[in-house]
Amino acid sequence: MHNVLLQYATVLILTAFVGTEIIAKVPSILHTPLMSGSNAIHGVILVGSMLILGGATTNLQEILGFLAVILATLNVVGGFVVTDRMLEMFKPRAPRVKETPRDEVAP
Amino acid sequence: MSRGTLIDLLYLFSATTFIIALKGLGSPKHARRGNMVAAFGMLVAIVATFFNHVGGHSLRHVWLILLAMAIGVIVAVPTARFVKMTAMPQLVAIFNGVGGGAAALVSITEFIHIKSSHPATYVILEVLLGVLIGTVSFAGSAVAFAKLQELMTGRPVTYPGQQLINGVVGVAALALIVTILVTASTSLLWVLFALAFVLGVIFVLPIGGADVPVLISLLNAFTGLAVAASGFTLGSNLLIVAGTLVGASGILLTRLMSKAMGRSLSNVLFSAFGSVITASGATTRDDGRSVRSGTPEDIAILLGFSSRVVIIPGYGLAVAQGQHVLRELAELLEAKGIEVFYAIHPVAGRMPGHMNVLLAEANVPYEQLIELDEANSELATADVALVVGANDTVNPAAVDDPSSPIYGMPIIHADLAENVVFLKRSMRPGFAGIENDLLYNPKTTLVFGDAKDTLTKMVAAVKAN
Repeated sequence: MHNVLLQYATVLILTAFVGTEIIAKVPSILHTPLMSGSNAIHGVILVGSMLILGGATTNLQEILGFLAVILATLNVVGGFVVTDRMLEMFKPRAPRVKETPRDEVAP
Repeated sequence: MSRGTLIDLLYLFSATTFIIALKGLGSPKHARRGNMVAAFGMLVAIVATFFNHVGGHSLRHVWLILLAMAIGVIVAVPTARFVKMTAMPQLVAIFNGVGGGAAALVSITEFIHIKSSHPATYVILEVLLGVLIGTVSFAGSAVAFAKLQELMTGRPVTYPGQQLINGVVGVAALALIVTILVTASTSLLWVLFALAFVLGVIFVLPIGGADVPVLISLLNAFTGLAVAASGFTLGSNLLIVAGTLVGASGILLTRLMSKAMGRSLSNVLFSAFGSVITASGATTRDDGRSVRSGTPEDIAILLGFSSRVVIIPGYGLAVAQGQHVLRELAELLEAKGIEVFYAIHPVAGRMPGHMNVLLAEANVPYEQLIELDEANSELATADVALVVGANDTVNPAAVDDPSSPIYGMPIIHADLAENVVFLKRSMRPGFAGIENDLLYNPKTTLVFGDAKDTLTKMVAAVKAN
């Protein structure tokens, strides 16, 4: 059983290095979307919450699991939607075609 | 292939998409796709979980799970979709907090579940860490939300003996963990839950409003670690990978953010302790210095005679929803042959990158957005520095005054320009609560009022000339 612990610890250590490595060169304008995006990713606790509620055998466990699924769903769905809304603003800009407002004001 | 192996493979797929997604989020070109990739991976994991087995049985309470999910979706989607862009930071805070809460609940429930089978000490330790970190993140995020939403003061909340009280609560939590490790008592676990809640609140209270974004990033990393701890308890590689990814990248991101403010992380988190006297001394200083104010029409004329204008936008612009009018003003000036730049401080707005998002929303062209160093070299030859709703990011105290809380933060040197124009709602200090000497500079003209109104009047006046 200690082997299982060791296997999880291995995953943990390796992932920690991957996590720091892949965001080392992020431009500061993307700090907010990155924070929001990783916020959505830890919403994977929804999977854990589902397993907890799905394995509940007492009323207390059912109540706690039910709450956990609600909270985790908020985290996942809210997280991804907010991030997408932020990143919508970063879409590649088409050459500015809306010249009309400028023409009408230039004397 | 057995069902269990297939599900594990799908989980592996999801974990991989999360890594690809984080990588994508780091580049402007792939960021949006990266987010979609993660969302898809998440969907795969959730669907796969419905077919998973717990303790040799297929999932119980499937309808209850679906009901809870439906409630979550019904609340989350409209909130995330329709809240104003300016309220983004508090939204991220609250979505982070509920994730931490979920992680804590998962750990507690799993503890109740496995207690009867006399789990090994390390299993209990994983549970306790999940509860502690998850709950601190939940309570801390709630306070951060309240600060950003201005449900409570944005100033650091300090009181006598704060350090001592925080220390005592921290030590009590540790002692409690040791006790539970030995006794495996469920009732003590609830006490730990309550204590962690208190710890989260008192940890966040002394952190000033301007530093809250850094704090949210840290709490985000905390939630990641709490999820990883739950992953150990549940024996889920997916949770361990996703949680650790967020934890590790979140801690690095937190350090990058505090670096952008020219401060160390410990300075951000703990500087309010014991600084009660200096802070109150600095904010109430009033030596009767006078300021010069002007009308929007005066400024329009000044701008009309300039050849180079640098706009320094801040959170006030966002609050007034003035970014579209500002872009209109900038286009008018350009049409007259005036060079216009927007100088973006890394922490302008309330989160790093917040201002870029808001200006992009108003269709301001990328090429006109310049970052700190470039801004300062442009300002040296600029005729007008137009400060719209910014304050702390142009405060010379960050350079001159070692006693200032923002001392050492890189600033935009608006004072290098020939003229400085401040569009301000009032003489109130900025988010960090510090007096700004630049307002009293003889070069400076102040235009009081709502930024959007003022800008609209300026647009009309520039058109008329």
